[in-house]
Amino acid sequence: MKKTYLLPLIIFSVLALLLYKGLYLDSRNVPSPFIGKPAPAFDLPRLYQKDQRISAEKMKGQVWLLNVFASWCVSCRAEHTVLTGFIRQYKVPAVGLNYKDYGTEDYGHDVISWLGQLGNPYTYVAVDTEGRTGINWGVYGVPESFVIDKKGIIRYKFTGPVSQKAVVEILVPLITTLRKEPA
Amino acid sequence: MIPELGHFALAVALALAIVQAVFPLLGVKFNKPQWVALAKPAATAQFFLLVISFGCLIYAFIVSDFSVKLVASHSNTAMPTIYKVSAVWGNHEGSLLLWALVLAGWGYAVAIFSRSIPAVMLARVLSVMGFVGIGFLLFLIMTSNPFERLPFPPAEGRTLNPLLQDFGLAIHPPMLYMGYVGFSVAFAFAIAAMLGGKLDSAWARWARPWTNVAWIFLTGGITLGSWWAYYELGWGGWWFWDPVENASLLPWLVGTALIHSLAVTEKRAAFKSWTVLLAILAFSLSLLGTFLVRSGVLTSVHSFAADPERGLFILMFLAITIGASLMLYATRAPKLISTGKFELVSREVGLLVNNITLVVLTATVLLGTLYPLIIDALGMGKISVGPPYFNNISLPLGTVLLTMMGVGLFLRWKKDNPKRLIKILWVPAIMALVMAVVLPLLFIPEFKWKTTLGLLLSSWVALTALLWFVGQGRSPFIKPLSAWGAMIAHVGMAVTITGITLTSMYSVENDVRLEANGKPYEVSDYAFKFIAIEDHQGKNYKATRATVEITQGGKLLTTLYPEKRNYGAGTMPMTEAGIDGGLFRDLFIALGEPLGKKAWSFRIYHKPFVRWIWLGGILMVVGGLLAAFDGRYWRTRRRLKSNTSESKKAETLKGATST
Repeated sequence: MKKTYLLPLIIFSVLALLLYKGLYLDSRNVPSPFIGKPAPAFDLPRLYQKDQRISAEKMKGQVWLLNVFASWCVSCRAEHTVLTGFIRQYKVPAVGLNYKDYGTEDYGHDVISWLGQLGNPYTYVAVDTEGRTGINWGVYGVPESFVIDKKGIIRYKFTGPVSQKAVVEILVPLITTLRKEPA
Repeated sequence: MIPELGHFALAVALALAIVQAVFPLLGVKFNKPQWVALAKPAATAQFFLLVISFGCLIYAFIVSDFSVKLVASHSNTAMPTIYKVSAVWGNHEGSLLLWALVLAGWGYAVAIFSRSIPAVMLARVLSVMGFVGIGFLLFLIMTSNPFERLPFPPAEGRTLNPLLQDFGLAIHPPMLYMGYVGFSVAFAFAIAAMLGGKLDSAWARWARPWTNVAWIFLTGGITLGSWWAYYELGWGGWWFWDPVENASLLPWLVGTALIHSLAVTEKRAAFKSWTVLLAILAFSLSLLGTFLVRSGVLTSVHSFAADPERGLFILMFLAITIGASLMLYATRAPKLISTGKFELVSREVGLLVNNITLVVLTATVLLGTLYPLIIDALGMGKISVGPPYFNNISLPLGTVLLTMMGVGLFLRWKKDNPKRLIKILWVPAIMALVMAVVLPLLFIPEFKWKTTLGLLLSSWVALTALLWFVGQGRSPFIKPLSAWGAMIAHVGMAVTITGITLTSMYSVENDVRLEANGKPYEVSDYAFKFIAIEDHQGKNYKATRATVEITQGGKLLTTLYPEKRNYGAGTMPMTEAGIDGGLFRDLFIALGEPLGKKAWSFRIYHKPFVRWIWLGGILMVVGGLLAAFDGRYWRTRRRLKSNTSESKKAETLKGATST
């Protein structure tokens, strides 16, 4: 048997092995370099009360959620019901980072009507008009959601809309364990 | 009751597939003619049972039987009937059933049009197809039962992904499947030849029309898919190098190589083991495409729900099918001795260069597609490979390929004289060069080398094809259909390349903010004026619809109505672009987001020559059709019955002129 005729079989075997490994990898979940690091500081004006401010510092000592959203973002609309249900049921303190929204320069017309229509589950809504905080948090697509522990360390990150399945399988067990950790 | 009937038919079809796979093969081995004779009736019965099964599923969708899980999760009563039907294959289970049906359909076709094929060969071919069928039917029944019932049927079903509620979708996947699965015939022929240890020009003559027909469907499916992406996705692009698009391109590239390699095997008894390898590869890549779409290993707009269990099943199926055939190849292919001798300058070498370029192109596209997965599997991080990689590799490889397309037609079998070639080829070469330099000078202000190269290659391919066709010296009406086919397909390729070149070089794409009745936006000599926005109620969606007037030199050219459609709760809004199409340019407007009270964002494109891309695809399909129905495949069949050896001789003599 000439060796060259075996070559296709060998190449295919290697490929099949890699595909097998690939089956058990999640191709969508690009890990964030921020996981395990302290949450980047921010200090932003609040929606509805623009003379008050909200910062990462203020949230310390509890397990909280940061959700990056915008009224122009289509998938945010899709995840909003799921997220609202989760936040209300498990009483999770949540900061909505309103990222580069229209009209926030003259104070939040679009986002207020958006939240008015869909409901506002957030404890605080931080207005990031220029997207500087977003950059500091390494946001590259909206929506994104971060889970931050009592010490202010980022423990998990979602890129893209959060599904009900992800809430049940990932978020709920995660916050349950995180809440048991010492502050 | 009807869904159970469908499920039952599916189970019986599996039993018949087993009969079709096992008995004919054993019959050949143990010399039992009755067992061999089972091949045809088993293939026929399997096909009709799957028609019944598929019909039952379509019925369940049409009558909106929500007690069937698949119907409840992919259809609802508000959908127009045509989309209820296309929803059948807009999901994993249904499309898999369609796969199995199409496979059985090809088996049935082989069984019908096989009078000239010896019973032993036919038995082996149908047996191999039976084995493939077993794999797919087992997959359906074990992991993806389309007829699964719900204990508590909902009153109303979920909506189909609105992207998929479109006529383009209604027909492009079935067409692609016809192509993918069609390569199973060439594959089965290749395996049968290796099992029998004999591969002669009669074999190639049987395999050629089947390969052509599969290639036609694949070409048509890819063209339609590209057109669908262009007008439905609202991105204005026609090819995204998406993993699933690549998955359809890969078998097409290898299939194209196979068509040309089969010509050499038929005419010159050369490249035998290479042809067999290409036939295995073409089908293997079709299977790989199925795996990629359904296992969720790669993300893509086309992916069905990811499920590792299903992925594992297909992977095992792939490993068995491809692994076993490559094993067979490793042991049997060396015995397929190619007798035809040829020299360096000959049509054989020309076609070899064409083949190798196509295979290298296939390998690089495959590498780019799987690279993120490979890197991830090796634990080296997560990356994605974008269009720049694919564009960079296809430019040089495409250049070689297109150059050879022109030369190859004029090469003689066995041995040719370079001087003779140059004498013929300098005329089209100069003409192509003139066209590539002069045309841009006349119409386009700035010089871009990629434009010149693209036009040079496309006019070279078109001119050589026409010259070759005319130069054969016979009146066009008595020329064989295969000559017509080759010419038209080559010209089609040239048309596509022209479209690709001009669209990629000169498209203007802009995101703009327009106010109602405000200042118009200008692109080349067109002005886009946003008139108004209004709500619009469609049959099963609500839309926001803009009215945009386009004027050219002050005269109203057309009014377009780009829309954003909402298909109900839980779905993403869809963009329906407004397109004013033409042979030489498309104007394309997609509606973006509201920006304040009066203003909206719009995406406006001016795309010169974009339709040529698909026009070329249509020409290639026509060319392929003509070649597949060349009288000689059918004539020789009748002649074969009376005298095999003589007709073979006649073929080799005639072979000097036509491919």
